[in-house]
Amino acid sequence: MSQSTPAPASEQAAAHSPSVTPAAAPAATPTPTQDSATSGRARASVRRTVATAGRVLAQLRHDPRTIGLLIIVPCVLLVLLKYVFDAQPRTFDHSGAPLLGIFPLIVMFLVTSVATLRERSSGTLERLLTMPLAKLDLLLGYALAFGALALLQAAVAFGLTLGPLGLHVSGPTWLLFVVALADGILGTALGLFVSAFAATEFQAVQFLPAFILPQFLLCGLFTPRENMQTVLRWLSDVMPLSYAVDAMNRLTAQSGVSGLVVRDLIVIAGITVVALALGAVTLRRRTA
Amino acid sequence: MVNFSGAAASAPADAAARTAPAPAVDVRDLRVVRGGRSVLKGISVAIARGTVTGLLGPSGCGKSTFMRAIVGVQKVAGGEVRVLGRPAGDRQLRHRVGYVTQAPSVYADLSIAENLRYFAAILGVPRDDVQRVIEQVGLQGRERDLVSRLSGGQRARVSLAAALLGAPELLVLDEPTVGLDPVLRTELWDLFHALAADGATLLISSHVMDEATRCGNLLLMRDGEIIADDTPAALLARTGASEIEAAFLALVAKQGSTTVAGSDAQSSDQPEPVKGATR
Repeated sequence: MSQSTPAPASEQAAAHSPSVTPAAAPAATPTPTQDSATSGRARASVRRTVATAGRVLAQLRHDPRTIGLLIIVPCVLLVLLKYVFDAQPRTFDHSGAPLLGIFPLIVMFLVTSVATLRERSSGTLERLLTMPLAKLDLLLGYALAFGALALLQAAVAFGLTLGPLGLHVSGPTWLLFVVALADGILGTALGLFVSAFAATEFQAVQFLPAFILPQFLLCGLFTPRENMQTVLRWLSDVMPLSYAVDAMNRLTAQSGVSGLVVRDLIVIAGITVVALALGAVTLRRRTA
Repeated sequence: MVNFSGAAASAPADAAARTAPAPAVDVRDLRVVRGGRSVLKGISVAIARGTVTGLLGPSGCGKSTFMRAIVGVQKVAGGEVRVLGRPAGDRQLRHRVGYVTQAPSVYADLSIAENLRYFAAILGVPRDDVQRVIEQVGLQGRERDLVSRLSGGQRARVSLAAALLGAPELLVLDEPTVGLDPVLRTELWDLFHALAADGATLLISSHVMDEATRCGNLLLMRDGEIIADDTPAALLARTGASEIEAAFLALVAKQGSTTVAGSDAQSSDQPEPVKGATR
């Protein structure tokens, strides 16, 4: 406690203020005086985005068990799948590839929705929103951190499935990573958005079966999408997971970079952007 | 804490200047309705710069809502809140106002230093500011401890330290001394006064009436209304009570008998430092 040293503290503060003020006076934008609730849209900054991603990763680093579960569980499931279909190796080729796209999405969805819910309930979100943090800084920070985690998870899962488990993939491996990364970030974006509707962690966890399982059933993992009833086919056409699975299927079946994979990736990226935008809408600086 | 930037820098450094032209916080007829219930019923208050103001009242009387409105995170139904000359919650205030919520709002799964380094990065203040605020709240030597392993009082101090980053001009502290031992409480109040002496304005809520005497100015709140706005000494003199709690009771009794706002006739229509009961 420094009640004996108020003077040095103030000197320090005075020394700091010059470096603080440039950012504090953001480009004499004529601040709209209409309504205090709408005035003041903070601009996104690389420094704050990276700091947020670093903070999210630091939180994960203090929680090695979660990282372990994130990485090991998909691998265990893939091994199980391999030996469940031990007699029909072609079935593993069929269902293994889609799972490589589904795992990053599901896992990042779950982790993100719980993480953001904690951010809301612990009051840290409210604190951050009283600070010069743009909503986009927060959203992109999360996407960056969990995107990195999705890549790590994908690297381990690919190493296992393409190596010891002998999954045959015709397309280029780097594109597999691109699709896995896109799926992971899509899961993060959906999780950010959906967590706004969960008041408790129980609810957040229930959003997984509510939001993801229908997509899981309709994504083409169990029946090819073109064989589904028309209505179900339409539904599956608007579900993000379908494109994650389509992209992986195409990559395992075709060599080279087909235009359809690129189209799938564009759809995934588009849905990600929409989900992030919707997520930004749910982050309110002013609440009731 | 002489970082009144730009125009404000020419303001007299006299910390106790209660006649300073622009108050740090200027609230007029603030109304907040939540779930159909009127939580704040038309509050008008001015808080002078460089002062320590206590916001006292029973639990649930609207203290936190009032503070949230000043910080700009509360939806308001009407009235005006101006902070440091700008509308509350304005983007340019986000470097200049520090806010501590009642529950410590820091990351439990990060260390003290990691928490503060992150908030420092968001605020854009230099990293060595982290060590300064850790020392100000007396947590030096614990930098690497995870917040989840700290006691409630220590967590509250981490949360306070985060609000002190960048030496904000206005500090809004919601019950910062709850659950602290008397020694620590005294040290924190000394810190608050040191900050005010450097020019900062502090608004500190408490439901412990005995903390009132430590404030330069008091706002007594009850049921969404400010029932008194005065110095502790003047409050005691006016009510003839020997302690703030008794003064509070006397004011509540008086409010019940005379429905007319403001028993002091001297405060005419001046909305400046409102003396006595407001509405």
